[in-house]
Amino acid sequence: MARVLMKGNEAVGAAAIAAGCRHYFGYPITPQSELLEYMSVHLPKVGGVFLQSESEVAAINMCYGAAGAGARVMTGSSSPGIALMQEGISYLAGAELPSVIVNIVRGGPGLGGIQPAQSDYHQSTRGGGDGDYKLLVYAPSTVQEMAELVALAFDKADEYRNPVMIVGDGMLGQIMEPVEIVERPPDPALPPKTWATTGTRDHPGSRSIINSLFLKPEVLEHHILDLFAKYERMREREVLVEEYRVEDADLVVVAYGTTARIVKSAIAALAAEGVRVGLIRPITLFPFPAESLRRLPDRVANLLVVEMSMGQMIDDVRIANEGRRTVHFLGRTGGMIPLPQVIADTVRHILAEHHAGDVPHVSVGDEKGGR
Amino acid sequence: MAVVFQRTAGLTDAETHYCPGCTHGIVHRLVGEVLVELGVLDRAIAVIPVGCATLAYDYFNCDVQQAAHGRAPAVATGIRRVLPDRVVFAYQGDGDLASIGTAEIVHAAHRSENITVIFINNAIYGMTGGQMAPTTLVGQKTTTSPLGRDPRLAGEPIRIAEMLAQIPGASFVERVACDSPPHVKAAKRVIRRAFETQLAGEGFALVEVLSTCPTNWGLEPVDALAWVRDHMIPYYPLGNLRDPKKDAAARGGVRPEE
Ligand SMILES: Cc1ncc(C[n+]2csc(CCOP(=O)(O)OP(=O)(O)O)c2C)c(N)n1
Ligand code: SF4
Repeated sequence: MARVLMKGNEAVGAAAIAAGCRHYFGYPITPQSELLEYMSVHLPKVGGVFLQSESEVAAINMCYGAAGAGARVMTGSSSPGIALMQEGISYLAGAELPSVIVNIVRGGPGLGGIQPAQSDYHQSTRGGGDGDYKLLVYAPSTVQEMAELVALAFDKADEYRNPVMIVGDGMLGQIMEPVEIVERPPDPALPPKTWATTGTRDHPGSRSIINSLFLKPEVLEHHILDLFAKYERMREREVLVEEYRVEDADLVVVAYGTTARIVKSAIAALAAEGVRVGLIRPITLFPFPAESLRRLPDRVANLLVVEMSMGQMIDDVRIANEGRRTVHFLGRTGGMIPLPQVIADTVRHILAEHHAGDVPHVSVGDEKGGR
Repeated sequence: MAVVFQRTAGLTDAETHYCPGCTHGIVHRLVGEVLVELGVLDRAIAVIPVGCATLAYDYFNCDVQQAAHGRAPAVATGIRRVLPDRVVFAYQGDGDLASIGTAEIVHAAHRSENITVIFINNAIYGMTGGQMAPTTLVGQKTTTSPLGRDPRLAGEPIRIAEMLAQIPGASFVERVACDSPPHVKAAKRVIRRAFETQLAGEGFALVEVLSTCPTNWGLEPVDALAWVRDHMIPYYPLGNLRDPKKDAAARGGVRPEE
């Protein structure tokens, strides 16, 4: 397929179908509904099933049933809808079922707003449902990257038998960009889904059981340890990160998704003045690219985290940083977007006025100064 | 010597954990026997609830998915949409189906999902120790209605079969009971009809089974059976509410597709 101009939400749908997804269950919500609409038009054309569920609760449980029956299945929503899905996501993780879940994030809490936000970082990476579990979480920053990560997500979901989440802010869902959708059938190296409940005639002599209940604590503990061995493998093998101009940087910004693109504009403006700023852009939010932070040259004394939230990813930056460098923060939230000149001003301010031992600079909202 | 009774191949050899006098076990057997008699056990997929029947993945001798509380009809929908030629059934209690899962059951019926639902109405939450269910009878004492269910506070008990029968997509709906051998035999015929509805591709089928919970009712097993007869059946009348055969006859014997 040649490059075509597509909305991010539609590109997700096209990429999913190109990756062999044939089942989509979902419920309308702004700014994600174009994905639902795209699937309703295009899945039937390839013999797939689109079903508009009565709620996000039902959608994620339909995914559970379909995934347990062996299908490549996807659902999508935006923040409040993902909140409703969390019970089902926990069940998917507990029963080790592959599914791809797309979250086109909007501002919260509650009904919040419908403008882009990154305030679901915790909801995505901290296990929004009950229990000890993790999702593999991808955070694209362009429509093309989102399409590629959707395709990858299906293979990884199958490989790890785990739900995988794509986190895009509202901007990424709505923006139109040229994108090339590549046919990407399931990786032939993936093992057959012998565990799927397709009826015992397909696997005589054994019954397939999809379940997350383990009443004996010692058995449940064992199950969770197995899950965490899996997450450890993800930490070893699945980290994706973009390191941009970090080699000679005086300060490194950490940002993901659309925010990282805005940061790059600020970096270009600063470079023109001779200020050297690098960017670490986590592409996987879990596993978090902690190594990229640890590896930074010693001369980098300051990190600036920029998010469209009150500061959620900053927790992972601090954990990875282990107190080595000062971690500053710049955030806009509720659907507001950080401007390149504000980011550049913040960098200049930190480099000019911040000394070792000072409290970190924090600015949120439209405050000009720090606090 | 003629065999008059034997275990059904529809159930595993596992000993069930159900309390003495609990009719969950009887209903399991009926479902197992019907799956065997219809020759569909090896392409059946059970969706089991949260409730006393959660452990039924050890009992039904077919593939099983365990669903979140109340979500069995959505899970069954997912399976059905992936595997249209299999036999998919959900087995749910009255807390599961008639309380937390009302949205899922109503919409599965509304879409006329081609699934069979076995709905166990024992007028109480069994698994969690005897709290009030939406189906608890007026005046019935439970751990959360210690003075008896007060309809001014908790509403009247919900009649699921009648409610679902209003939905055009609910192709087959019938209420049966497990309180006596004749009723158990009738229940089996009805469960069979509900699976035949699915096999004929006629859409959503639900059988509500009036069942016992002697443990949480505080009754001896035999008294529990009498309680079903004397208290439950008068409020929850037995009988068929929807049947594609009947509906076709009412339309002059012509089904829409004919
Ligand atoms: C989301 C959620 N809420 C509550 C529970 C606790 N819970 C387990 S079983 C049950 C009630 C089951 O009662 P019922 O459906 O009537 O089935 P029975 O045990 O009587 O067969 C409840 C409330 C749970 N597991 N999950
Ligand atoms: S608690 Fe009630 S429903 Fe549960 S097994 Fe015992 S008798 Fe049956």
